[in-house]
Amino acid sequence: MPEATFLDANELVLNMGPQHPSTHGVLRVVLKLDGEKILGAECVIGYLHRGVEKIGENRTYQMFAPYVDRMDYVAAVSNALGYCLAVEKLLGVEAPPRAQAVRVILTELNRIASHLLWLGTHALDIGAITPLFYVMREREDILNIYEKYCGARLTTHAFRIGGLQYEVYEGMERDVKAFCKKFLPRVDEYEELLTENRIWKDRLINVGILNAEDCKAYGVTGPLLRAAGVKWDIRKAHPYSGYEKYDFEIPTRENGDTYDRYIVRIQEMRQSVRIIEQAVEGIPEGPIMAKVGKVIKPPVGEAYVSIEAPKGELGYFIVSDGSTQPYRLRVRPPSFVNLQALDKMSRGSLVADIVAIIGTIDIVLGEVDR
Amino acid sequence: MKSLLRKIFLVDLIEGLWVTFRSQHPKNIVTEQYPAERPRIAERYRGAPRLNVHPETKETLCIACNLCALACPEHLIVVTSERNEQTRRKELTTFTYDISRCMFCGLCEDACPTDALELSQDFELAAFTREGAIWDRQMLEEGPVPTRYRY
Ligand code: SF4
Ligand code: SF4
Repeated sequence: MPEATFLDANELVLNMGPQHPSTHGVLRVVLKLDGEKILGAECVIGYLHRGVEKIGENRTYQMFAPYVDRMDYVAAVSNALGYCLAVEKLLGVEAPPRAQAVRVILTELNRIASHLLWLGTHALDIGAITPLFYVMREREDILNIYEKYCGARLTTHAFRIGGLQYEVYEGMERDVKAFCKKFLPRVDEYEELLTENRIWKDRLINVGILNAEDCKAYGVTGPLLRAAGVKWDIRKAHPYSGYEKYDFEIPTRENGDTYDRYIVRIQEMRQSVRIIEQAVEGIPEGPIMAKVGKVIKPPVGEAYVSIEAPKGELGYFIVSDGSTQPYRLRVRPPSFVNLQALDKMSRGSLVADIVAIIGTIDIVLGEVDR
Repeated sequence: MKSLLRKIFLVDLIEGLWVTFRSQHPKNIVTEQYPAERPRIAERYRGAPRLNVHPETKETLCIACNLCALACPEHLIVVTSERNEQTRRKELTTFTYDISRCMFCGLCEDACPTDALELSQDFELAAFTREGAIWDRQMLEEGPVPTRYRY
């Protein structure tokens, strides 16, 4: 934003963050203001940079798997799925059907957990404190399932290259079914709190509009794109891990404003429950691990795999030189790409809305900075 | 008209408040009163590391094969061994494990051929110094002893 250096008499530059509670981490936004109106916003990122891609080049394929959980730590299982699929593509193996079904269950649970955290913090930013406590209650159930399945709650390291490390625990199906049954009324409850609420509507409708064209121009994916009316979901477009077997819809909306993105995410949670219910009904019997050696040495080549993470398209590009370590590993994180659109979305709105707009992009700074 | 009436009588706000009041019932309380109430930890939980000993002979199960140290992405395990001339076997001398750098991924546990190294259900790992987070063989075998408060 070079214009920010030349200010008119009535213009002002304001720093927001990096320690601001509503930037969801350590994001610094430089705002150029005319009174209350935002003329431009520039993101300064990198406060959480850990060099994950470089770490990946210095670890073997198995060793790097726990690190991907630490990028988008709210949706660690989705990250792991993308990484495992990318290495599996390099190796030319596919996870057995049983592993695929369990993977789908866990990633969809993760999508719900991620959207729940988003809903809670987004509502909190806007001033509705109550939903945060309710969503944490439901998220706890999901985390308990993770803890029982793989032994960790947040950075799970649940999948291994070629399948799964852990067999389904005794009673997992029961737990998942019980969660699904309990969860749908809870979503209604959140909607009761928010959807028709006057303050909620006033704060969100026509705020941070991003239309379909701009979405495509910026490469924005995920709920932001779907709220602008584009029916694009990688689970349908390029099915992976057996998603073609499940029956679900892609929720879309027309206006592409913050309220529409809220509705899309709420609908997505309901669709995720649908997928989980179908997947848990028919987990096939069989092995959980494909034939992958103890030492993973993919042939020379490259592979790109993208999946539909809760926040958008999450891609992994891996170049192998035939050794046990990747030659180059590149991550396409959805939050990072979506955050670019902040400037476009916030121009012309008021200072108070920037909090809603940052919240609606649903960023995790661990993933933006990597 | 209907929406105007809803606006005048604050229906949307009252609906929201009703959700809040419904959750007031004591049976809806989900908060855990840690540390007065201990959390129930799952069996597979990956917490503090433990070096298992044989239940009867009290000898360590570790055969000093170094596989855990090689599997660890953070290279935080250091195993040293000595060759016993009589039995012609490697014997464990020291085992250091730096839990301050550990991310509890479980790769070392998976690599261990004898189930000697295990990530246990203990989760209270705080120490007063950084050195306190570097566990030696004795600490690993005995496990952490966190202060338990009585209420
Ligand atoms: S749990 Fe992971 S990081 Fe910790 S010592 Fe074992 S392999 Fe290393
Ligand atoms: S892998 Fe197991 S047996 Fe081998 S050195 Fe480590 S703890 Fe000991």
